[in-house]
Amino acid sequence: MAFSLMEGNEAIAWGAFEAGCRFYAGYPITPATTIFNTMIKLLPPAGGVCIQGEDEIASIGSCLGASMAGLKVMTATSGPGLSLYSEHISFAIGSEIPIVITVVQRLGPSTGSATRGADGDIQFMRWGNSGGLPIIALAPSDVRDCFVLTMYAFNLAEEFRCPVFLASNKEVSMTKEGLDVNAIERPQIIDRATPPADAPFLPFHVASGRSVPNFLPIGSKTLVRQTSSTHGPDGYITTDPEQIARNQARLRDKLLSAVDRFSYCEAFFEENADTLILTYGVTARAAKDAYLELRRGESPVSLLVLKTLWPVPEILIREKAKGVKRVIVLEMNDGQYVREIRRILPEKQVDFYGKMNGKLLTPPEIQEVISHG
Amino acid sequence: MASLLNKDRPPVFCPGCTHDRIAKVLATAYQHMGLKGNQIAMVSDIGCSGLFDTFFHTHAFHGLHGRALTYATGMKLARPELNMIVTMGDGGMGIGGAHFLSACRRNLDLTLFVLNNFNFGMTGGQFSATTPPDAVVGSGFLNQLERPLDVCKVAVSAGATYVTRCSAYRKDLAEEIERAIRHDGFSVIDIWGICVGRYAKKNRLTPKEIDKDLSALPPVEGVVEENQRKEYGKQYREEAKKQQEASPPRGIEPDCSPLEKTRQEIIVLGNAGQRIITAGDLLCLAGLSAGLRVTQKNEYNITVLRGPSISEVILSPEEILYTGIETPSVVIAIGQEGVNRRAQLFDRLRQETMVIRGHGVTLPQTAARTITVDFKAQSIRAPERALASLGILAKLGNAITPDMLRAALSDRFKDPVLASSLDLVNRVEYNA
Repeated sequence: MAFSLMEGNEAIAWGAFEAGCRFYAGYPITPATTIFNTMIKLLPPAGGVCIQGEDEIASIGSCLGASMAGLKVMTATSGPGLSLYSEHISFAIGSEIPIVITVVQRLGPSTGSATRGADGDIQFMRWGNSGGLPIIALAPSDVRDCFVLTMYAFNLAEEFRCPVFLASNKEVSMTKEGLDVNAIERPQIIDRATPPADAPFLPFHVASGRSVPNFLPIGSKTLVRQTSSTHGPDGYITTDPEQIARNQARLRDKLLSAVDRFSYCEAFFEENADTLILTYGVTARAAKDAYLELRRGESPVSLLVLKTLWPVPEILIREKAKGVKRVIVLEMNDGQYVREIRRILPEKQVDFYGKMNGKLLTPPEIQEVISHG
Repeated sequence: MASLLNKDRPPVFCPGCTHDRIAKVLATAYQHMGLKGNQIAMVSDIGCSGLFDTFFHTHAFHGLHGRALTYATGMKLARPELNMIVTMGDGGMGIGGAHFLSACRRNLDLTLFVLNNFNFGMTGGQFSATTPPDAVVGSGFLNQLERPLDVCKVAVSAGATYVTRCSAYRKDLAEEIERAIRHDGFSVIDIWGICVGRYAKKNRLTPKEIDKDLSALPPVEGVVEENQRKEYGKQYREEAKKQQEASPPRGIEPDCSPLEKTRQEIIVLGNAGQRIITAGDLLCLAGLSAGLRVTQKNEYNITVLRGPSISEVILSPEEILYTGIETPSVVIAIGQEGVNRRAQLFDRLRQETMVIRGHGVTLPQTAARTITVDFKAQSIRAPERALASLGILAKLGNAITPDMLRAALSDRFKDPVLASSLDLVNRVEYNA
């Protein structure tokens, strides 16, 4: 048992590498840059490619090209770069291009505070695309999560052929902790499904019983088409409303109907607790301190730490909130994810506490909110 | 070898459009080169040039406006064996300018055809980056105010290794396209043509007029001698082979005994450039060497060698959750900027907190026990003071032991830095 001192961003890079990432492109931005710094050491000697794009648009654009050529790809940025990623996020959603996008959030709006943490881009990740179709987002709380959730993110991107966000935060990504890398239990690596050899290949044909098209890379023997335009199974523009509607519904349902299989969380249940704390990201750490402290007293609370944020793991949340009267949502923003909780738990009292000043929520603040609302 | 033109999807350009001619010439060039469809990836931009990929039996990738070169870059690096053909209009040239400059500078083996017809045809004939100021376009008078871009001049100055400016009606266009594709590096052909549906409706433009306009400009044709250099992908792979494989994190063995079984919260306050974060790293490594859990939360401004630098380190035998520190057990105060940033902290400090203060650093009033160290008198320079303070902590037996510090230094540094660091932490003196 030997612990390494590792930053969240380094763990993200190592997790990506172990998941099979062989193409990384990024543009320098605090607090995401150290992912690039690690990738430039990891990828080229392993036969992979790591490049610095001329801007964020080029960085994610080259990732989409490399992904369609068959590589597992990742890019990383912060709020200002996420803004520039938008057109290509929409492209990756609509044209089913697997990509992992790490967003190391910093205090916004706009260029905001480059070296201060926040979770202010949670709804932006979900809705910052044209068309409004769903994406997947996972949120790490610590360095270990950074490693493991990045591996999960790659698996999900491969399985569902969609952009998967790792919703990190300066306070997770640039915080260092001891990590025993060898002791981490790794998920089995998933690769995008390839078509059967005996049938003619259509790039967006979905076999019956499946929700995702099979993949062949551009450059393979069989010709492959990719397009950002509204397309039919053959990858050519279609104007057929029925075909269009069917495809849009599939792009939505392939994620919404599957989220129960990847609703990652940590739950701490206290019998007789009438309050559930619900949080994610770095705030989960202070929340757990508060939970442990209250467990020693007379009014314990339950705690749910979400690691999957999008699609909203509704069944999981309803199940964990069963039996409590009150849910307190804690976020390092002005109240973003609480909107989802209010939407799916209309019968409960849902309270919110958060702040946006570059400071972490502290355990005493959280206890105060729980005790005195 | 059969033509790669897709008979099921013939070009849908306006009758008489130059694009139609270019599509057929491109198919001729492919055919002459003996290329199979699966050896080519066509990447198309937006607008009428964005339809190109659909007319051919090749690999195809159609994306957003101005970004075609970015996709082609990723694809070519992933699959160097592919012939990458990028079609873009003068519109894509304008919106994707940064990508064009980068492609020229990189010299990755992509072939770009700028189908230059001096306006945005598909959206209604608005002016583009190449529209002449005297043209009549769909953007009112605005094109009169801007100077058209000389695509080839920009390409040459940005480092493109193959640049041609020509008319779409030139007789040997297929041969020229073939030369551009065969060139090992970034090649661009700025192909001038006629948009019959929009531009030519209000502006007189014929193949002869194009020839006349071209002859008024200095010729740009083929290999740019002064820019010749190795292709980017080849050079990338050569350099990559020379890089040492990154060694996986090996971890530090927990061989030392911790000082005490309680949680330690240490804040290092300094100025940028004082190696405050390194001191935080060393405290963590010291903790790991004694089997403790550790967290390190850092704070600094966007400036590099100016402003405060703060490291907050927690060492604990238990799991560490919240990473902030409200009431530290140790404060190392060696830079005024860090102290000023956390001025409110000092009022909260308890008597049992130890403060190591550098001589000359002014502290707010505090109940904590303070040791003042005159680093200057010991010839310890500003960037060495954080490490020297760790030496004092170890000597005092507070938070870390000399063994733990030695283990941390040995993990982090190699000689000669290791030897000089060990010397520093041994020789530093203080008055308790």
